[in-house]
Amino acid sequence: MNKARRNPANVFAAHGILILYTIIALFPVFVILINSFKTRKAIFREPLSLPDADSFSLIGYQTVFKQGDFFLYFQNSMIVTVVSLFLVLLFGAMAAFALAEYRFKGNTLMGLYLALGIMIPIRIGTVAILELMVSTGLVNTLMALILVYTAQGLPLAVFILSEFMKQVSDDLKNAGRIDGLNEYTIFFRLVLPLVRPAMATVAVFNMIPIWNDLWFPLILAPAEGTKTLTLGSQVFIGQFVTDWNAVLSALSMAILPVMILYIIFSRQLIRGITSGAVK
Amino acid sequence: MPASKDSSVIRWHIVVFLAPAVLVYTAIMIFPLFNTLRLALYTEIERERVFVGLQNFYTLFGDPIWSDAFWNALGNNFWFFFIHMIVQNPIGIVLAAILSHPRLRFAHFYRSAIFIPTILSFVIIGFAWKLILSPIWGIAPSMLDAVGLKSLYAPYLGKEEYALTTLALISVWQFIGIPMMLIYAALLSIPEEILEAGECDGITGLSAFWKIKLPLILPAIGIISILTFVGNFNAFDLIYAAQGALAGPDFSTDILGTFMYRTFFGFQLQLGDPHMGSAIATAMFGIILIGVCLYLFGIQTRMRRYQF
Repeated sequence: MNKARRNPANVFAAHGILILYTIIALFPVFVILINSFKTRKAIFREPLSLPDADSFSLIGYQTVFKQGDFFLYFQNSMIVTVVSLFLVLLFGAMAAFALAEYRFKGNTLMGLYLALGIMIPIRIGTVAILELMVSTGLVNTLMALILVYTAQGLPLAVFILSEFMKQVSDDLKNAGRIDGLNEYTIFFRLVLPLVRPAMATVAVFNMIPIWNDLWFPLILAPAEGTKTLTLGSQVFIGQFVTDWNAVLSALSMAILPVMILYIIFSRQLIRGITSGAVK
Repeated sequence: MPASKDSSVIRWHIVVFLAPAVLVYTAIMIFPLFNTLRLALYTEIERERVFVGLQNFYTLFGDPIWSDAFWNALGNNFWFFFIHMIVQNPIGIVLAAILSHPRLRFAHFYRSAIFIPTILSFVIIGFAWKLILSPIWGIAPSMLDAVGLKSLYAPYLGKEEYALTTLALISVWQFIGIPMMLIYAALLSIPEEILEAGECDGITGLSAFWKIKLPLILPAIGIISILTFVGNFNAFDLIYAAQGALAGPDFSTDILGTFMYRTFFGFQLQLGDPHMGSAIATAMFGIILIGVCLYLFGIQTRMRRYQF
């Protein structure tokens, strides 16, 4: 190892491989973004060159704004993601606290029951979920999606958060009890602030799959008013498949919000994956 | 332990803490899961739900039209998984091994950049690659031409023999960040003393990787494999976004997820059949369960774990 560290040829090769792979990873995104700002002719004539004064055009974006209700889709995605995350964190932390803090009959069994959903994907139950949503009148509401994503996120959230809650010092909680705090206050005022980093990890883990999901919006809430951004862009692109400017612009607009979120949260996300794996 | 003095009294705060999670989880996840397994035993005759026992499964496995489609989807799904395993693990290990060099500069940049495809939705990925590989646009052929490999170009997503492999590779490209990061974390958790002890015995460089690091990251590779397995066997979005619900050309990219979607939701002229859809979901459940059990009891218990 030490030898490898000193050898400049190795360092060069290492950077070479990483740069090559980084280019492979970013190339498609780059091509989509630059071409979304070009005229139709330039898209086809020189797909790999940057837009210049001659080829610059926003025609695609104009079509997208005229035809698709992207602000509504964006708003729907935002509501679904934020509310689901909030519920996953709140309910997950409460259950994790109960499992980590108290000894009661069936504690282990309850833990196992809640952990079942880590390995079994919720999509298997789609037929019955749709039936349930139809019979409760929740089809084509954002509530249906929020409930599904909450249920989907809970198992892993409970698992990760209870691991962290076991590490919170007993002395602190007992001191709180001696001062006359009840169990709810101990949970919300003493324990929750201490597991905030773990909560952030869980949030970031859940955010991407919820935001990007196509399956449940397609099945549970395909109506115009409840389309999420992912489903909205899928449908839009499907309709405009021959209008390359519009498709490229729609793709770029779908990429943009995720990229912004990623730039804000990338450290948190990568730290979350790394710390989760060490366990 | 504070509150365990008297276990005969119901401690209501425990109930309050557990109730919301257990209720939502049971109502939206566990109950529908078992209800789906139950619905697989029914069918609809003249708008009435009738119990037919295993009839749906006889149809699924016995009727040539259904069973051909099922085995096609299952076979495709295994190929999809196989490509993931043989491509993503080696690439993930190589990238992680390079990134874990302690004095590598710009490591954070590389990590973040390679992770970007993972955060994008299948819809974006599917269409982006469809455009890039499209013979109309010509990016792929002209790039291959630039390196003198133009003869290798084919409309990869439009040819039956290449489409599934191409989609599997796109999926690997998208998710490579996750195996990379998990292996990276496993490599970082190897204590320096062990590597130094190896160095004293003359094990350095590549042989240190094969003899010390690789055995120590095998558990991480096991976890990645089972995550990939579960993910692949309920995959749907990428195929749907790139090839549509018919999983063309000629069903050559049909996997269990798209097969179940078509069956249960209906597509074009075919009417949706929730009961056959449930039967397929039950089969998927069985396959995933077998895979997870094989991993938990067959692989994970036998894997040697080292405590440092």
